[in-house]
Amino acid sequence: MLTELSAVELAAKLRSREVSATEVAQAQLNRIAELDANLGAFLHVSPENVLEEAANAQKLLDSGEGGALTGVPIALKDNMCTLGLPTTCASKILENYIPPYDATVVGRLREQGLVLLGKTNMDEFAMGGSTEKSAYRSCHNPWDLTCAPGGSSGGSAVAVAGSLAPLSLGSDTGGSIRQPASLCGIVGFKPTYGRVSRYGLVAFSSSLDQIGPFGRSVEDVAAISDVISGYDHHDSTSLPNAGMDNSGLKDGTLKGKRFALPKELFGSGIEPGVLSVIHETIDLLKKEGVEFTEVSVPSIAQAVTIYYIIAPAEASSNLARFDGVRYGPRIEGDGHIGSAAKTRGELFGHEVKARIMIGTYALSAGYFDAYYLRAQQVRAVMAQDFEKIFAEFDAVFSPTSPAVAFKLGALDSDPMALKMLDLCTIPANMGGFPAISLNAGLSGGLPVGLQLMGPVMGDENLLQLAYSVERAMPAATVRPRL
Amino acid sequence: MFCRCEVAFGGEPNTRVCPVCLGLPGALPVPNKKAIEFVLRTALALNCKIAMRSVFHRKNYFYPDLPKGFQVSQYGETNPLGYHGFLDVPNAEGGIKRIGIRRIHLEEDTGKLMHLPSGGSGVDYNRAGVPLMEVVTDFPPDINTPDEAREYMVQLRQILLYLGVCDGKMEEGSMRCEPNISIRLEGAEELGTKTELKNLNSFRSVQLGIQFETRRQIAVLESGGKVAQETRGWNDATETSFAMRLKESENDYRYFEDPDLIPMEFTEEYIESLRATLPELPLAKYRRYMADYGMTTKEAGVLTGDKHWAGFFEQGVALGADPKLFSNWMNSELAKYLNETGQVIHADLADDHHALSKITPNHLLGLIVLIQDGTISGKTAKDIFREMLVSGDQASGILAKSNLTQISDDEQIKAWCKEVIQNNPDPVAKYKSGVINVIGFLVGQVMKQSQGRANAQLVQELMKAELENA
Repeated sequence: MLTELSAVELAAKLRSREVSATEVAQAQLNRIAELDANLGAFLHVSPENVLEEAANAQKLLDSGEGGALTGVPIALKDNMCTLGLPTTCASKILENYIPPYDATVVGRLREQGLVLLGKTNMDEFAMGGSTEKSAYRSCHNPWDLTCAPGGSSGGSAVAVAGSLAPLSLGSDTGGSIRQPASLCGIVGFKPTYGRVSRYGLVAFSSSLDQIGPFGRSVEDVAAISDVISGYDHHDSTSLPNAGMDNSGLKDGTLKGKRFALPKELFGSGIEPGVLSVIHETIDLLKKEGVEFTEVSVPSIAQAVTIYYIIAPAEASSNLARFDGVRYGPRIEGDGHIGSAAKTRGELFGHEVKARIMIGTYALSAGYFDAYYLRAQQVRAVMAQDFEKIFAEFDAVFSPTSPAVAFKLGALDSDPMALKMLDLCTIPANMGGFPAISLNAGLSGGLPVGLQLMGPVMGDENLLQLAYSVERAMPAATVRPRL
Repeated sequence: MFCRCEVAFGGEPNTRVCPVCLGLPGALPVPNKKAIEFVLRTALALNCKIAMRSVFHRKNYFYPDLPKGFQVSQYGETNPLGYHGFLDVPNAEGGIKRIGIRRIHLEEDTGKLMHLPSGGSGVDYNRAGVPLMEVVTDFPPDINTPDEAREYMVQLRQILLYLGVCDGKMEEGSMRCEPNISIRLEGAEELGTKTELKNLNSFRSVQLGIQFETRRQIAVLESGGKVAQETRGWNDATETSFAMRLKESENDYRYFEDPDLIPMEFTEEYIESLRATLPELPLAKYRRYMADYGMTTKEAGVLTGDKHWAGFFEQGVALGADPKLFSNWMNSELAKYLNETGQVIHADLADDHHALSKITPNHLLGLIVLIQDGTISGKTAKDIFREMLVSGDQASGILAKSNLTQISDDEQIKAWCKEVIQNNPDPVAKYKSGVINVIGFLVGQVMKQSQGRANAQLVQELMKAELENA
């Protein structure tokens, strides 16, 4: 079945003309039509557009000008601007909004002839860890439809895990790629901050947001990373040598590699089922020659706290532009402030409003030093702590999520528990370093992800390690039955 | 400031916009290097300290003309690109008034709210995102009178034009002034509550506005009232100010470092390389012209008031012109002509309404040389000058083509003198009786006869001799 092939396999078959881009696209569209009513992975799919893009991709392939992934379909989180296609961030405040420009990543995908399958479901403005905060539709975990897929890039994770797409892109601000990848049993990669342009990614928290891919294998994730990474003069925070070259992906070995285990990520906050899968994996990797050492990073204890100051603070400012004046729906009120208040009050969801309130408070005169400034100081300490570890170790190893997928609605009354699910993933955003989640096995029939973190700009090495780890773990390729 | 849209005045609303300056979702800012360079050069020209590391902040507030709900600006005492500088303003008596500069920072301009003819309001975002440099004078203030405020603005504008960082057009809003005005009793330490004045679109309105505000505040206090801390608008037609908004409490703008922009860091070498690009500034030029050419404050002031005017003068001098003569011709005939025709002397100043004059420093020099060597008379020079303006030919060429050469032929002049003496017996009699002033009339008659071409000095001499003989 075409939809079960990896992106790299598909690309090879497309290049050899064994299949056409249209056949591949049609197969994915059929699968979406068959399954997405129950999964809720997509917010917008336009089959006409998809087939037109596929036909264009085929022309590229026929002319021999295709790239590594030409003709391969890909799904995009709905916070990346797509010229001519809706971009709503799963929010009512951007209902029917069609951007007049492509995000830089989208432009790169189009240039390389990848086929945009559609826009995926997410927590509104990427705020959440379950995709339950979408203003449009619920999203379900393919391993158990009564469970959440994680979030905020839940739709992109579900699309790949459910084989509705071979590849997808998400954005990761505190774990929004890695955590749903973990909960859906696939690979999710957050590159070094600045390696993938944020231009055209609707900002949640500018200093933490990073676009990255989902795939069903490390090889696929590495291949798409080569396409989307690169310096972009439209993004001031883009790194000069951002482009990745993962051609050496398979050349690595685990022998003699040193992995650090931060004890703060193996504590009481981690579910026993998760811990046992992770420990089994550690035993497995030891046999491959990996040397594990327990380390302590005390600043990790503050990770969730500082995240919930810095991210909302930046969000409160980033989301100020949604006032109903220039785009999106508008609800009239008394004057500009009245109309803006009404528009925002009625069209932003509860979680978004809560974070705007928190962030506004944290930036206010009199509180700024105690909250925002202090959080930035702790962030700097945390980044330094990890830098020291990376000087001694090849990677930091931990669970990705403290828990497996939970029942939809189960954490509605416990927002703190939901926020604590980001514990293991937040540090990589704070320090800007790359991190990847792989499926390590199942606990109670639900996937458990492991996370590998590497130093800033060490993306290629990290992917090489992840590739070797994946080869050593039989669980990495287990798929849900749909 | 953060995109590549054109900076221009006017135009159809919302035609010079892009995702970045419209603040569309997902768009990101990239600082304009040229704008940063312009501010740094201005800061150096205004004797400021330079922030070797400087960051952009977000100033958060809601207003329809603000597309992102925040303005990218620079906050803090020593973070703005330039801080703690001064500007020396010369006064008519030849003295200097030093005005402290607190800070010079870079930010983005906002859009413009417009009332639509059909009712309701619209927003034009053409101006949104245009680089805006804010120069803030010191507190406590150094500017004590409306005249000083005007002179400060004049001098500042000159410097900006010399530096080429701004076209200085106040009427188009490319240079704006928002004075904060407060009063106090003579000898009192504490300043009264201040008001801020907006919409001042000329030097005159700056002066009038401050005058009006000062008198208004005095009247308020004398009638037992209290000056409200507010922003007031200036109505140019009625020459009065009106209340715009009260500033009862300081707004909380929730300033924080813009996470989309990385800090600017400068090396000493870079700053020094910018310093090396600074032109000689108006005040230095003004002092040099007085010292080197013996000019009066007025002459030096007129010549240095515009960098192209000063440049024209310096080119003439470099070509060997006599500075005084050259400047006299510039400030009288040339200035008068340019004023009449609306022509300009430099390509940078030319536009749809202002044609470039054909006169170059070389033209003017050629004319002056002919006067100096006695080839032409002052009157003839003016005629040639007029001809030169039209044709763009050199003075010598015009002279060769016409018969405008000065007549210094003794015999010819003597003949004319004799003729005039013969035809004017009465004035001649008066001269003989001791009314020697009348010689002016007789010389004039000769000049008339020669159509102005006779060498006037020679006519004077020869007429005198002929009268003695008569």
